[in-house]
Amino acid sequence: MDSIDILISILGSTIRLSIPLIFTALAGLFSERSGIFDIGLEGKMLAAAFASACIAYLTNNAWAGLGAGILISVALSLVHGFASITNRGNQIVSGVAINFIVAGLTIVLGQAWFGQGGRTPQLMAAGRFGEIKFPYAEELRGSGYLGKFYADVISGHNILTYLAFAAVPISWWILYRTRFGLRLRAVGENPGAVDTAGISVTWLRYRAVICAGILCGFSGTYLAIAQSAAFIKDMSAGKGYIALAALIFAKWKPVPVMFACLLFGFLDAFANFMQGKQVPGIGEVPVQIFQALPYILTCILLAGFIGVAHPPKAGGVPYTKER
Amino acid sequence: MTDNPAIELTGIDKKFGPVHANKNINLTVAKGSIHGIIGENGAGKSTLMSILYGFYQADSGEIRINGKPVAIKDSQTAISSGIGMVHQHFMLVENFTVIENIMLGAEGGALLAKGVASARAELKRLEQDYGLEVDPDAVIEELPVGLQQRVEILKAMYRGAEILILDEPTGVLTPAEADHLFKILRVLRDQGKTVILITHKLREIMAITDTVSVMRRGEMVATRKTAETSVEELAELMVGRRVLLRVEKGEAHPGAVILSVKNLTVKDNRGVIMVDNVSFDVRAGEIVGIAGVAGNGQSELLEAIAGIRQPVSGEILIDGQPIGKASPARLRELGLAHIPEDRHHMGLVLKFEEYENSVLGYHRDPKYGRGMMLDLEAIRRDAQEKIEKYDIRPPNPRLKTANFSGGNQQKIVVAREIERDPRILLIGQPTRGVDIGAIEFIHKRIIDMRDQGKALLLVSVELDEIRALSDRILVMFAGHVVGEKTADAGEQTLGLMMAGIAA
Repeated sequence: MDSIDILISILGSTIRLSIPLIFTALAGLFSERSGIFDIGLEGKMLAAAFASACIAYLTNNAWAGLGAGILISVALSLVHGFASITNRGNQIVSGVAINFIVAGLTIVLGQAWFGQGGRTPQLMAAGRFGEIKFPYAEELRGSGYLGKFYADVISGHNILTYLAFAAVPISWWILYRTRFGLRLRAVGENPGAVDTAGISVTWLRYRAVICAGILCGFSGTYLAIAQSAAFIKDMSAGKGYIALAALIFAKWKPVPVMFACLLFGFLDAFANFMQGKQVPGIGEVPVQIFQALPYILTCILLAGFIGVAHPPKAGGVPYTKER
Repeated sequence: MTDNPAIELTGIDKKFGPVHANKNINLTVAKGSIHGIIGENGAGKSTLMSILYGFYQADSGEIRINGKPVAIKDSQTAISSGIGMVHQHFMLVENFTVIENIMLGAEGGALLAKGVASARAELKRLEQDYGLEVDPDAVIEELPVGLQQRVEILKAMYRGAEILILDEPTGVLTPAEADHLFKILRVLRDQGKTVILITHKLREIMAITDTVSVMRRGEMVATRKTAETSVEELAELMVGRRVLLRVEKGEAHPGAVILSVKNLTVKDNRGVIMVDNVSFDVRAGEIVGIAGVAGNGQSELLEAIAGIRQPVSGEILIDGQPIGKASPARLRELGLAHIPEDRHHMGLVLKFEEYENSVLGYHRDPKYGRGMMLDLEAIRRDAQEKIEKYDIRPPNPRLKTANFSGGNQQKIVVAREIERDPRILLIGQPTRGVDIGAIEFIHKRIIDMRDQGKALLLVSVELDEIRALSDRILVMFAGHVVGEKTADAGEQTLGLMMAGIAA
């Protein structure tokens, strides 16, 4: 393989690995811009993966799987909302609790229902989101690098991948061009201003966490029935936390979120590619070093290279009317 | 036009647990007037207005607007009934533009684009009708507070408010800005709007209101025509006893220079120069007052002298000896005490019990313990003495500090610092959020210190306080001392200097 082929193959897998991050980071964006910290992204994603795999297996219909994933993820969002908005609980504790419950429950239920050690049964093609081939992809593959790029990077992904990229401008448009977005950004900065303007802080924040739930539903579904063909225990593997890092790295803005996720996806793809390869002058490097790269990069970037990241001012603080 | 009053409150009652915030309040506000509501902190003014604005609901009582009874169950109802409110702490989203803040809650449709155009047009009209000028595309956090407040007023007017409530509106303004605000309020009144002004500053009541109501301990104690009352009568109604409004003090007898500041330059946390090449002396037996609008470097100056913030250049001398990088603890040993500007931030730990705060910073004193151990008995005895001497209420050293009123919290700090018998006392905003009775007491203590020959440096944003206490007044603007005046300098002269206009 020449180096361009390698690059194209890494880019293709970058896209695939970035998708769950993009959905999840956008989920975090909606929640956190409204002032609700959401460390439970990981749990919601995992629960959605499990639910979508189960339902897709039972109905042999990928769209039913997606619906189930979204439903369970929104339900968990509402639990988080009930704890942290209605009862003004600690948002971190509530999020962590959701992560723990889901991590355990998916395995227990999976084992009880299917008896495959926490896995769900392998899905048939109709239960998955398959690749979509763009017109002329095969014909253009042979015609130079651009054709290759078109065939292997742009074309050949499943519908959710394209939806993820569509979700970025849509999220931007909602946040910056609609009444709901204006109010959502305001409530994360100064809920008092929203309250005195006669808008319900509670209902607004609930809507924001529901948005987060829907997006996490997409990301979990992608993991289980688009990228893979079954639910595997702990398959979210910390992606929820990486998405949070990407969100901070992107300073809570939709378009930078996409680029941050692509960067983390690229590092992941690169780590996979380097597995067992010789590094010139050093020899074989343990793959763990490459796998650690996204985390090391996050630390370095957050420690100073991106400047001060200002989180939404009212983030993490339950709203109580002042006395 | 009907003769119905704009607002009629009857029998409004509100309790927060054991606190009876409003007791059977009756109030009538005439249409097209400026009505002042005055009272000490905690008298229930803000609660009453919050009920009117739908922030809280009254336990009982009736609200009539233009003669019609209204059940105001949330702010939305209040707004649609024509009530607008300018809160003491602005309810603005700081990283939004002016127009975004004004539109929030009144966007005119699910998409913003259409609303923006009509909001701009409406803003233009308000600007012309009332002289409320502001750049609609400016970001709030980059505007001076005076303009931020104007945005709050615009927000209310944009929603069609006929009745405008302003809660302590002048606390953050320069005298010139306050005058401008009053001008705007008069224009509003002359156009038929009703204005309710909540304040604890008697001077403002006299300057602008038509009618004034006085609240004390949750009750409405009197309503007067402003033209028929006096500052003295209002003060007495507020406090419930005769109050000395003027500080009585004799001639100062300045002695040797004790504290001196030479070419001091200090940066704030963002690295911006806040104190720029400032020099002055403070002598024994005098009070030097530093006047200025908040944010012109007074805070950083105080912190530098107190050893909390390292200056960039210049020096600070005590008895002619440079203090170098002495720690606050070392400075205390040299006889410097500091009443910080923000008692919640620096002066007290609110979750501590009163006696713990009463020795905070001096807890290493052998009087209060030995080695690692504190002598709690001694500390409590000491706290009890201070409580009696300074009339801190309730007189319980075991009570959590957060449960004292603002005035009593300030007395805890004042007692702690003054009872150390320092030679130099730095005083920041000694009476911020403190009621009249306690102000009188604290001012008297400060004058006593001066008469005992101490060197005092006073920083306050209350120009009246600076003028009443100081023997010499330095005015700070944008990090510079722009001038020095004697205590009898006119308010207008000082006000202009504070705005950086004259020297």
